[in-house]
Amino acid sequence: MRRSIVLPALCIAGFVFLYAPILSLIVFSFNENRLVTVWSRFSLKWYGELLRDPQILRSAWVSLQVAFLAATLSVGLGTLTAYVLMRFGRFRARALLTGMATAPLVMPEVITGLSLLLLFVTMEQVFGWPAGRGMTTIVIAHATFGMAYVAVVVQSRLIGMDISVEEAALDLGARPVRVFFDITLPIISPALVAGWLLAFTLSLDDLVIASFVTGPGASTLPMVIFSKVRLGVSPDVNALATIIIAVVALGVAAAMVLMARAQARGRAGRGRDGGAL
Amino acid sequence: MSAPAPWRWTATALARAGFGPRALVVAVPMLWLLVFFLIPFVVVAKISVSEPLIAQPPYAPLFEWDGLRATIAVNLENYAFLLDDPLYLDAYLFSIRTAFVSAVAALLIGYPMAWFIARSPEPRRTILLTLVILPFWTSFLLRVYAWQGFLRSNGVINNLLLGTGIIDTPLVMLQTPFAVYLGIVYTYLPFMILPLYANLVKLDDALIEASADLGARPAATFFHVILPLSMPGIIAGFMLVFIPAIGEFVIPELLGGPNSLMIGRVLWGEFFSNRDWPVASAVAIAMLVAVVLPVMLLRTAQARSEEG
Repeated sequence: MRRSIVLPALCIAGFVFLYAPILSLIVFSFNENRLVTVWSRFSLKWYGELLRDPQILRSAWVSLQVAFLAATLSVGLGTLTAYVLMRFGRFRARALLTGMATAPLVMPEVITGLSLLLLFVTMEQVFGWPAGRGMTTIVIAHATFGMAYVAVVVQSRLIGMDISVEEAALDLGARPVRVFFDITLPIISPALVAGWLLAFTLSLDDLVIASFVTGPGASTLPMVIFSKVRLGVSPDVNALATIIIAVVALGVAAAMVLMARAQARGRAGRGRDGGAL
Repeated sequence: MSAPAPWRWTATALARAGFGPRALVVAVPMLWLLVFFLIPFVVVAKISVSEPLIAQPPYAPLFEWDGLRATIAVNLENYAFLLDDPLYLDAYLFSIRTAFVSAVAALLIGYPMAWFIARSPEPRRTILLTLVILPFWTSFLLRVYAWQGFLRSNGVINNLLLGTGIIDTPLVMLQTPFAVYLGIVYTYLPFMILPLYANLVKLDDALIEASADLGARPAATFFHVILPLSMPGIIAGFMLVFIPAIGEFVIPELLGGPNSLMIGRVLWGEFFSNRDWPVASAVAIAMLVAVVLPVMLLRTAQARSEEG
């Protein structure tokens, strides 16, 4: 059969296309030569250079702090948005909230960045806050688009969950706040974790919005990488890429193992329940 | 669980004023989005009609109050400027074209991959799906940077082709529109594959078998059965690539030449290089009207047709 050869071949070609550039980054990060694409011999010198570069280390720390705070804020705000939209039925300005919660997903980054910067400048003129721009303004900007993504993830989980559990708790006399914290939140917690990771990654990855809303002294890692890359070839960027890829690969492997275990446990648990019934 | 007294009093007082606990819960995300999402556009609109100044901030105030009377200076010159200079229209058209070509290319590459993954047995399916998503978790900027190393005249591809004797002068690939298409297809391919996969995995094998049993050739089965059924996935994937690609800044900046002017890059340049905040704001408003609004209307129409 002809088709059985063509399809796998196309698929493999697709994966080569996805992974060849990444692999070349890794390979050439161990290259001694300054010319990134000409191999001379194995060397770890770019890693040494990277670890001695205070600008990279400082900006990486800034990026991690910003991403942590922005992701945490995003989960809080995004979960509230999703809950309100899914459980509160009709209320005034519901259409407005729906629109504002989905629009950031289709908004070009340059517009989001420019509009937030102009807002911050105007607010500083009128209220004196935020005094100057820096990490705080980046966190606010990242939380604003992060919450839109979290809201999507949490909403789909709320649609998937069995609402009768909440209704049962309400019937048994629990207050709505208690139902939310004791019933709903534990059930949707996987979505909160997924949403947090998504918001964290998006924040860590963002160059455009952060460039607009940052101030002197708060350079994020993408901003430093971008200025290095724009100036031309820099092999230490390859070393940095390799480290990031290694961290991500380890994280994904760990997540897969944990998920497989949780699934196995869930299956075993269901098996026991079935037996008891 | 009873709340401490001051909390209860506050809650009662608010409830009497018409703000129940529900309204307070709604108020948190609502206020955040109003302040940090909606109001910024009002500010942008305001600055887009002010006059540029060499000052800090670099624009003239819209309202002036000299103690006796207020003057409002609305200045539409920034918009007139956008219409006069062909640069802006060209950048807009180039952005649309680039996003369209890239989305079509991503569809052609992504469809067979999504189909193959959807028809794979477990655990191969999960492994392949993870491999599709994995690059998304690594830095977007570094993946674009990797293509610089691939495409430059002394880059990996040219070295390979020169070394094997297929060509004898290096191909010019970096700083061309082709490099921009390639960069967009590469970075957004997972967004094309995932909705296609989600759609194709639900496709009932019996329909394909029925079509074959009734004598249709594979090509006819594909065009008359599989393709129409996977249309929602195709549209979703296309939009997920097309929409963010229009406003893309990093890819044309790093892979395209000075001529690959996309609208996002123009806005960036007006703001960071020319420091012309009013014109940058006018570009943003024009982009909002010409790009974002149609997209949002399209999405609403699409959602409504799916419901109906």
